[in-house]
Amino acid sequence: MSVAIGTLAGREHRVPAPSPRRRRESAAVRWTIVAIAVVFLTIFLVLPLAVVFMQAFSRGVRPYLGALTHPDALAAIRLTLLVAAISVALNLVFGLVAAWAISKFEFPGKGFLITLIDLPFSISPVISGLVFVLLFGGQGLFGGYLQAHDIKVLFALPGIVLATTLVTFPFVARELIPLMKEQGTHEEEAAISLGASGLQTFFRVTLPNVKWALLYGVLLCNARAMGEFGAVSVVSGHIRGETNTMPLHIEILYNEYQFMASFAVASVLALLALLTLIAKAVLERTTQHS
Amino acid sequence: MKISINNVAKRFNAFTALADVNLDIKSGELVALLGPSGSGKTTLLRIIAGLEWPDEGQVLFDGEDALLRSVRERNVGFVFQHYALFRHMTVFENIAFGLRVRPRAQRWPEAEIGNRVEQFLSLVQLQSLAGRYPTQLSGGQRQRVALARALAVDPRVLLLDEPFGALDAKVRKELRRWLRSLHEDIHVTSVFVTHDQEEALEVADRIVVMDRGRIQQIGTPQDVYERPATAFVYEFIGESIMLPVHIRDGAVQFDGCAIGLDSQGAHDGQASLFMRPSEMIVGPPAGALLGGVVRRIHGLGPSRRVEVALGQSGTPVEVDASHDCGLAPGQHVSLRPNRYRIFAANT
Repeated sequence: MSVAIGTLAGREHRVPAPSPRRRRESAAVRWTIVAIAVVFLTIFLVLPLAVVFMQAFSRGVRPYLGALTHPDALAAIRLTLLVAAISVALNLVFGLVAAWAISKFEFPGKGFLITLIDLPFSISPVISGLVFVLLFGGQGLFGGYLQAHDIKVLFALPGIVLATTLVTFPFVARELIPLMKEQGTHEEEAAISLGASGLQTFFRVTLPNVKWALLYGVLLCNARAMGEFGAVSVVSGHIRGETNTMPLHIEILYNEYQFMASFAVASVLALLALLTLIAKAVLERTTQHS
Repeated sequence: MKISINNVAKRFNAFTALADVNLDIKSGELVALLGPSGSGKTTLLRIIAGLEWPDEGQVLFDGEDALLRSVRERNVGFVFQHYALFRHMTVFENIAFGLRVRPRAQRWPEAEIGNRVEQFLSLVQLQSLAGRYPTQLSGGQRQRVALARALAVDPRVLLLDEPFGALDAKVRKELRRWLRSLHEDIHVTSVFVTHDQEEALEVADRIVVMDRGRIQQIGTPQDVYERPATAFVYEFIGESIMLPVHIRDGAVQFDGCAIGLDSQGAHDGQASLFMRPSEMIVGPPAGALLGGVVRRIHGLGPSRRVEVALGQSGTPVEVDASHDCGLAPGQHVSLRPNRYRIFAANT
């Protein structure tokens, strides 16, 4: 009994109850830190976003809608959504395959492959675009062959998709690799030992275990695919109504001093980005609960 | 089902995981693969399952070449060390998994699958937890779900990798007794891997002791405890005293003095003498026996632990004695083992 009392007293002695005052910084310091954060966010995030919408609606709703329904603008929106849809679908498959291979199997050159996956993050998008010019351009490696068979890659949809896919490749794979590595291969081994085929194992065990991370990667990938400028600018050829994506269309309008129209299209892009952010926030909340 | 493993060898790069392994497992038997980590026991288990492939040798299930079949076709139940339950499925769905992934023609109707799952839930006493997810279960409960999942597909052999390794001591004891009685009920040929000798001695019909990729001894718990085949087995199972000795003209010498033990056929030269602390007789000093000085006596209850410094070198050993042995520190004594083994130094 005395021992118990002794330890209790001892513990109290060692860890004094912290007073509420000591746990907090002084009010001045707290307000300064909060103010810096708020000012920073306002200048760099809120203000630009507000300016985009203010400029977009500077002449009212009718001109805004007019700018958006202009055939060139509609074509740009359509092209952007199409390119994003194709690149995201491709990267969903490539990313999943790459992450699967890297996290579940041992093979020579694995470290190199991991580095390679990060490459699009580290090189300038302009170079990502130029690579395709060098490959598929008129003077490029496959240029002659493509011309002979009348296949258009550059200055057409395939080129834009290729450039966008390359730039956005790491998002899905990067999201999946750490998770799949952490989960290991035991569940898959358990599944096949219970008689499941490779496909059954993938669809019933592997995929459900990574579905949230996969969706998250797809969202990020989509946001980047819709906003990509540099690489697409190099390969698109800027043909109005044909090969202009939204970011390219915005730049052209801006350079032609059509500020209102330019910001109107920009507001749509910003809106899509906001939607992605909201979806991401919802997703994070769901995964935290499950 | 009978399992025969003939001349199996496996290497991972420069590391020899298994070398020349021969083992016959009888139908309905419960066999323990016992050894320290790195002894190759898990590799052998995974080769039987088909999760790993040997570089050489044969694995036969009832005389059929099992190496021609993948893990999927071997119909084995494998229980993983960390259970490997499907984390996004309920307990019910985990157990039903093996029944649901069968080819369409062999798949049972839903009602039958439900009945079977219920049957195994009650076998492992988890009926009330059917709707829970693995993260909501304790370690012991997860282990039982893993076992039910493996058994639900009616496997020809049950393979368990360190089945109690991740559990705390009390749950571990309960579960291994439960596993033993479960095995008596269902009698499926079972092999389990463990590094815990107590577990192997208590649960298994036969124990396979492994070290550095080789089988050291195969035998009943009594065999390996009382008649260890190699120096490794003597040291690994139960408590042991090892003394470096010298054999000269068939006589055993320690610190240059004959100690009155038979060389058991060991050749002249360096050798190791193995004894058990519980099988030692402590007596008054006498010539031609192991002699030493009592250093310390400790312990409670009916037995005492006596530390003795042996010979001129004062090599410390600990032996068991009864509480009324009448020994005191500083006293000169002789030690005589009831039972001992001499192994040539290189084994």
